[in-house]
Amino acid sequence: MKNVVILGAGTSGTMMANHLESTLPKKEWKITIVDQYKTHYYQPGFLFLPFDIYTTKQVKKKGAKFLPKGVNYIQEKIDLIIPEKNKVVLADNRELPYDILIVATGTKTVPEEIEGMMSPKWYKNVFDFYTYEGAKALRDKFRTWEGGKLVVHITEMPIKCPVAPLEFAFLADSYFKNKGMRDKVDITFVTPLDGAFTKPRATEALHYLLEEKNIKEVTDFNIERVDYENNKIIDYADTEVEYDLLVTVPTNMGDPLLERSGLGDDLNYIPTDKATLQSTDHENIFAIGDATNLPASKAGSVAHFEAEILTENILRYINGEELKEEFDGHANCFIETGGGKALLIDFNYTTEPVEGTFPFPGVGPLKLLKESRMNHMGKLAFRWIYWNMLLKGVPIPFVDAQMSEKGKQLEKVK
Amino acid sequence: MKKIIADREIDVNEEGYLVDFKQWDKEVCRSLAEEEGISMTERHWDVIEYLQDKHQKEEPLSIRGIKKSGVINIKEFYSLFPGGPLKKSTLIAGIPKPKSCI
Repeated sequence: MKNVVILGAGTSGTMMANHLESTLPKKEWKITIVDQYKTHYYQPGFLFLPFDIYTTKQVKKKGAKFLPKGVNYIQEKIDLIIPEKNKVVLADNRELPYDILIVATGTKTVPEEIEGMMSPKWYKNVFDFYTYEGAKALRDKFRTWEGGKLVVHITEMPIKCPVAPLEFAFLADSYFKNKGMRDKVDITFVTPLDGAFTKPRATEALHYLLEEKNIKEVTDFNIERVDYENNKIIDYADTEVEYDLLVTVPTNMGDPLLERSGLGDDLNYIPTDKATLQSTDHENIFAIGDATNLPASKAGSVAHFEAEILTENILRYINGEELKEEFDGHANCFIETGGGKALLIDFNYTTEPVEGTFPFPGVGPLKLLKESRMNHMGKLAFRWIYWNMLLKGVPIPFVDAQMSEKGKQLEKVK
Repeated sequence: MKKIIADREIDVNEEGYLVDFKQWDKEVCRSLAEEEGISMTERHWDVIEYLQDKHQKEEPLSIRGIKKSGVINIKEFYSLFPGGPLKKSTLIAGIPKPKSCI
């Protein structure tokens, strides 16, 4: 009997367990998946939680429910990966030998990376919304907040779901409008990049959103520290931005397990071939989703497209065949713009998001890079798709792992 | 689009970043730097080399990376490329601007 071990039962790990369980011959392969947590969170829902659009129940379920019966599920902390010995050591000293290892340990926020961010003010007037705890604490804060300077801030790139902070600012605009207190809230978006939108086509098509919603932009802001006593953030150029309520996206890093095991880069992400998803240093270690260092968006849709290709490459690896260099960085994301509307973007490593129709060329019904109610319905419907199709590895109808250029207005791209 | 840099026709995008790294050389670099009001010193070259190396390895560029680079500290990075240091230094290095997804 041979062993494939999957580390992490989040979006990527769960999808891989489902894919492999239905593909690998059961007599030859035992599939084991390890995760320390019982709960599986619908992370895109964290965006809606602070605004009372989703309830806590809608964003969390018991993780084991989504794993196939034939898979050996271990709920335990992982201590170490020892690539030279092809084994994983768990916190309870159990050892798991593997023939193939899949690293799906994701990314997490590390507010401790910035001086003054993790302070007595954490969850008082400094919040994150990338964790369940943060999103929920922020919801409670918003319910009674009387207004002031709301600063939505990105610490450094890369982050999981790069557009979420912007969506947050848009939803905040709607939320305070609906509460009849938008005039009491001043919203500023602070980014280390040179704009809220950084791709030329998106900037052209979408910059009006910031003006329309009266959201101020502070760009090229590389935070050095949070002055939590005086309620301001300060960057390396000594620029200061004052806040009454700071909603920050802290530094995102891979799991400390990768650092302990000597497998991570500067940010604890595992160096991975961007087309095959094989780790750069060990041929029997593969990586998927947020845990990789791929120059793709850290997002569930990316993980979904990767899972199809990784499954095929694992079969090829088992059969001694050459791996397919097939992953193109495909991402597909709904972007909430507030007021019951959303945008849809579809892009990959080399093609920036452009206008067009999706998934059927010329028909839609979804429109790319344009606000519509239909896109918003799509985003809300996606929660159902996530729990019922995506995690179980069911292909999303009409959307391939590789990006399609059909129905897109690519001609303007230079 | 095309732009004349160091007496040569160079392909650049809307924001002036080089599209084809093969067209970059030290002459082009000096000329790009001048347009940004920067005159290249040895320290500038160290940074440019570091950025190009990271880019070639497809590693994302960040202030954190600069901090850990061992090449330069952040205060010096800001003083060498005042304004948006990453934005300016990548332009001069002939590599793409660090981006988010839209």
